[in-house]
Amino acid sequence: MTSSPPQSLEDRVRSIVAEHRDDRGALLPILHAVMEEMGHVDPAAIPILADELNLSRADVYGVITFYHDFRQTPPGRKTIRICRAEACQAVGAAQLADNARARLGVGFGETTADGAVTLEQVFCLGNCATGPSVQVDGRLYGRVSPEQLDGMLEVGA
Amino acid sequence: MTASGQVATVYVPRDSAARSVGADEVADAVAAQAGRPVRVVRNGSRGMLWLEPLVEVETPAGRIAYGPVAPEDVEGLVAAGILDGATGHPLCLGPTEDIDWLRDQTRVTFARVGVVDPVSAEDYVAHGGLSGLRRALSLSPAQVVAEVTESGLRGRGGAGFPAGIKWKTVLEAGSELKFVCCNADEGDSGTFADRMLMEGDPFTLIEGMTIAAWAVGASEGYIYVRSEYPDAIDTLRAAIGTAYDQGWLGKRVLDSELSFDLFVRVGGGAYICGEETSMLESLEGKRGMVRAKPPIPALEGLFGKPTVVNNVLTLGSVPMILADGPAAYADLGVGRSRGTQVFQLGGNIARGGIVETAFGITLGDLVGRYGGGTRSGRPVRAVQVGGPLGAYLPTSRFDLPMDYEAFAAADAMVGHGGVVVFDDTVDMAGQARFAMEFCAAESCGKCTPCRVGAVRGVEVIDRIVAGVDREKNLKVLGDLCDLMTEGSLCAMGGLTPMPVKSALAHFPDDFATTTTEEGR
Repeated sequence: MTSSPPQSLEDRVRSIVAEHRDDRGALLPILHAVMEEMGHVDPAAIPILADELNLSRADVYGVITFYHDFRQTPPGRKTIRICRAEACQAVGAAQLADNARARLGVGFGETTADGAVTLEQVFCLGNCATGPSVQVDGRLYGRVSPEQLDGMLEVGA
Repeated sequence: MTASGQVATVYVPRDSAARSVGADEVADAVAAQAGRPVRVVRNGSRGMLWLEPLVEVETPAGRIAYGPVAPEDVEGLVAAGILDGATGHPLCLGPTEDIDWLRDQTRVTFARVGVVDPVSAEDYVAHGGLSGLRRALSLSPAQVVAEVTESGLRGRGGAGFPAGIKWKTVLEAGSELKFVCCNADEGDSGTFADRMLMEGDPFTLIEGMTIAAWAVGASEGYIYVRSEYPDAIDTLRAAIGTAYDQGWLGKRVLDSELSFDLFVRVGGGAYICGEETSMLESLEGKRGMVRAKPPIPALEGLFGKPTVVNNVLTLGSVPMILADGPAAYADLGVGRSRGTQVFQLGGNIARGGIVETAFGITLGDLVGRYGGGTRSGRPVRAVQVGGPLGAYLPTSRFDLPMDYEAFAAADAMVGHGGVVVFDDTVDMAGQARFAMEFCAAESCGKCTPCRVGAVRGVEVIDRIVAGVDREKNLKVLGDLCDLMTEGSLCAMGGLTPMPVKSALAHFPDDFATTTTEEGR
């Protein structure tokens, strides 16, 4: 937290776009940068991006909604992604998925009411010989037991 | 190196699979508890993933391996004298190169993975790096294309299209601007070789792409990496930075006529972007909607320009082909499947990891001899080869040689070489349903057979398993599969029927209704 006055959403978005001005087909790198800085793509950013990139708002909206990575609402304080692809299915991923949903009381793609945890499913983290795999805030864990998952689900941990 | 007090060199992988089971903590523990100066090198993984974290110590007689090492094992290992290469500890596996699982492989594309420090330019050159590029730059582009063609190298992404023919098309296309794109959107479950090469030997991919650029006359390249691979992205970006510093990329590569700029682009979590035309749309900043072919990307690819699109392992095999000549590569393999394939053993498997070997090894050899059966200790019941769109095969087909044509003849596919093992608790009707469910979720939506067919597929399988008009619905499912196979725009809808039909053909009992018939 710095003491400088907070930049407006518009200024932040426009300065991110400026950094990618020379990139070909820059929309995806820009959206990743927006996600990185703000945690989500605020719908208010859509007309700004459209204006900057000379696209229609529908084009920008279409791209945001096509890709699983781009979310329009803020995520929880912790994001847990459980791999549900075949190799992890073969070593107990379904049980991890069931446990996580039951414990948190949310479905995949949802955030707990207190904003603590966002639960997501993912199809393959490339950890297929050391599954089942879970990613917590970008960090990958392999051979995850139900007990280990319980620890990851601890709110406030 | 043997006397205590000298700096010991210890290797602890930085590969994300090794990190996922504690390699970072082990590396920290080694540095903290060594009690003397140590140089900890974060190498790639040797690919023996059941032994991760695998720690290696350099000795005058070569590297000695220990694994799997937990952070709490480190103290005891140090006390046992592993920094001097002591072999008495129960976790000692002996000299790494003598571990039969590794020794019996033919590491070509993966020759340096696990051996070198992935981001060290010096290590790369010391282990034969750049010799392929140097030789390529001494040849004409057409000669390079001819050598790649002669080697028999086929696309490792799954389709198996001859790389040389694709390159020739791009070379002969007239355009000021051409691109080389690497498809590193390795979304298939059970495949992780692209990731391991990018994390373990990124310069090989960079060199392969630079050779491709020279061969076809391209000036810009993109590596499209899936966002699920943050470590690979970081490693590639670091390696590309180093490559620019070394003069391996940018203007006048290695003081030649070639100028080549290379960029990493990150996907957005869409499986379909592993399909080459969808990937190109995504690189252009659009929704990853599949394009109709023709026009082929070789003629009208990225931004409508002639474009080479190859998989990581395809491009990663090119430096060796140029360095050692096409004959050395073509001498490996069987039939029209030349060279080596990097097979990946995953799922419920005792000894999972990377097996790089010449084409022609049998499926049973991979799963049994290398894989050691299931991790759970129960009998193997099914293996899925070639990713989510590949066939499920029973153990009675373990005699199949890993070869594009032999698998195609068995209504299966080698694909990217991923092998996922399931034990006897698997419900194959559930796996078939999942194939349709996955297709419904990940379809780009452009063509109806895939977009609607997959949704209907889930419903029909549900009815079959519930015993509703069973015979009629089996016929509907068969028709639906045929329609998707014949009518879909790309492999997503076109191949989703493969796991479904193979599950039905080889495991029909699993589709028996649970209410009116005995379950399996």
